[in-house]
Amino acid sequence: MFELLGISSQALFGQLLIGLINGSFYALLSLGLAVIFGMLNIINFTHGAQYMLGAFTAYFLLLYAGLGYWWAIIVAPLVVGITGIIVERLFLQWLYKLDHLYGLLLTFGLALIFEGTFRNFFGSSGLPYSVPPTLQGGQNLGFMFLPNYRAWVVVFSLAVCLTTWFVIERTKLGSYLRAATENPTLVRAFGINVPRMITLTYGFGVALAALAGVMAAPIYNVSPQMGANLIIVVFAVVVIGGMGSIMGAIVTGFGLGIIEGLTKVFFPEASNTVIFIIMAIVLLIRPAGLFGRSA
Amino acid sequence: MKRLFSLTALAVVFGCGCAEAQYSDGSIKIGVMNDMSGTYSDLSGQGSVLAARMAVEDFGAAAKGMKVEIVGADHQNKPDVGSNVVRTWIDVDKVDVIVDVPTSSVALAVNEIVRDKNKVFLVSGAAASDLTGPKCTPNTIHWTYDTWALANGTGKAIVKTGGDTWFFLTADYAFGHALERDTAAVVEKNGGKVLGKVRHPFPGTDFSSFLLQAQASKAKIIGLANAGADTINSIKQASEFGITQGGQNLAALLAFITDVHALGLQTAQGLIMTEAWYWDLNDANREFAKKFAPQDKGVHPTMIHAGVYSAVTHYLKAVEALKSDADGKAIVAKMKEMPTDDKLFGKGTVRADGRKIHPMYLFEVKKPAESKAAWDYYKLRATIPADEAFRPLADGGCPLVKS
Repeated sequence: MFELLGISSQALFGQLLIGLINGSFYALLSLGLAVIFGMLNIINFTHGAQYMLGAFTAYFLLLYAGLGYWWAIIVAPLVVGITGIIVERLFLQWLYKLDHLYGLLLTFGLALIFEGTFRNFFGSSGLPYSVPPTLQGGQNLGFMFLPNYRAWVVVFSLAVCLTTWFVIERTKLGSYLRAATENPTLVRAFGINVPRMITLTYGFGVALAALAGVMAAPIYNVSPQMGANLIIVVFAVVVIGGMGSIMGAIVTGFGLGIIEGLTKVFFPEASNTVIFIIMAIVLLIRPAGLFGRSA
Repeated sequence: MKRLFSLTALAVVFGCGCAEAQYSDGSIKIGVMNDMSGTYSDLSGQGSVLAARMAVEDFGAAAKGMKVEIVGADHQNKPDVGSNVVRTWIDVDKVDVIVDVPTSSVALAVNEIVRDKNKVFLVSGAAASDLTGPKCTPNTIHWTYDTWALANGTGKAIVKTGGDTWFFLTADYAFGHALERDTAAVVEKNGGKVLGKVRHPFPGTDFSSFLLQAQASKAKIIGLANAGADTINSIKQASEFGITQGGQNLAALLAFITDVHALGLQTAQGLIMTEAWYWDLNDANREFAKKFAPQDKGVHPTMIHAGVYSAVTHYLKAVEALKSDADGKAIVAKMKEMPTDDKLFGKGTVRADGRKIHPMYLFEVKKPAESKAAWDYYKLRATIPADEAFRPLADGGCPLVKS
């Protein structure tokens, strides 16, 4: 086995894999953000709170309805997605014509309210949620022990990301969506209900956040600030990928997960900042982001 | 970004206005500052404000003609935020004593301000033993526990039972560094060896990368020099990655009962930890917990909460004896001169370097089957007597001791 800067290849493979796992959360969350920004022009700061709501919904389903992980992965995104639709109908729909700042302030305020409310009732230490029995245990890959659940996270989120990309970029429904963001008036003239489509898109983006929350619940504790810890990184991912670019969000999500993972080996103290350093460099060289269409 | 607003909770305890003694601005003002919204808010947070209020009530301040006010604030675990709060409190709001202050980086900043302004600083939440070492001041008392005591309790017990090679997972700020330093010293002194360490950003979320590095070190013991949600996630993810099944053991160098509650006994069972106080240790503690829990969302008091109660009680006794709350140095000198005695910590003393002396306890987390009720989590493994629990006075390097 070869060595690189004193790190054995064994350790290196392990760290790359870990980076990929963390990257799947970044990808899933930034995908939702990119969809929402691309279609609605809203910078959805509530995304972290909605991710947290997904995890809490999974916890409540188990506690009060006895429904385990597999139910939660379907039900929680639906429930949280519906709350997203309510938020869109009540508040967001009035803001599309205004400056980005208004949407940002509103969604940021909502995030604070959601997180504060949950903290008030459930404290900050979090609540336990265990890995579903079918995915417990793990595989010894030789260079590392890979828990089955983490392998599932990578595969499943990759599938969700690619499906979403396919639907938006390669299907008729997706083309309506993209057309509606370019020129809503014209698309309406063809008899398509644009406001409803936008509402459902927001609901879908929020459901993606909730899905990520359910997937995170067995790994991290279910806690009110779990989203706040992640959301800034996810925003950086979206900025690096290019605001509104679906493929950009997916690729940078996984890519930055890996870069962050490697930083944790070579210079662990900087692992929180490395993504922002990359963001600064990308903004200097390509202000529209790596995959962004420059305006 | 999550907490732009610092929370200021104001709780006026009681005032009869018929002051016999002369207190500055007519009242004694206690400022409880800690993390009220983040990773440390369950183990300190509003519970510490509550504990201070209970101390004032039990002391009978009102009946004695002492008007006591309690204010609370959130320092968000940031030294700059904490420093600003304390400056405003002292200069504008005329706060006389700062209490609790977990997060050692914040506590070390506050330590300097309180000395400059000649007020009183009673530390319950922070851990860094530097507060009674090189950074000791005549205005500060370190009440509940410190990194030296934790290392001495947990570290020694583990090395003695065969855990002689260590790898540290350390929170990258003053507290983590101090805990790592003090534990490494204990490990080496008892014949063990430190194989490596990794410092993770604070607060962290995913520890799997660091845990893999710990695993690769082949150390028998992975020492967690972090706290709160960081410790919870480290332990949870270590079990996920099969680290304990692989023969390595975790040492949670600082863990609180709220962490055990969040982990659940299934994951936490068998952990060994050192604490200064446990609610189920005796009748007085149980009675306190019974009164405390319903007022704090059912959360049972941690040793930090109990320490706040004990420290505030002793402070009020000293102020009562001096009949003044004006001169911080004089109050702390009085607190050092008077022996401590309260229902939660029993009899004790405050040393010249500001270290409060009492026994520490080594606990083991119960198996799920052994726990009879919610919050019934610990069994007592050993009591570390008061004269062995803390760093010897001469070893700390506190300038106050030499003079």
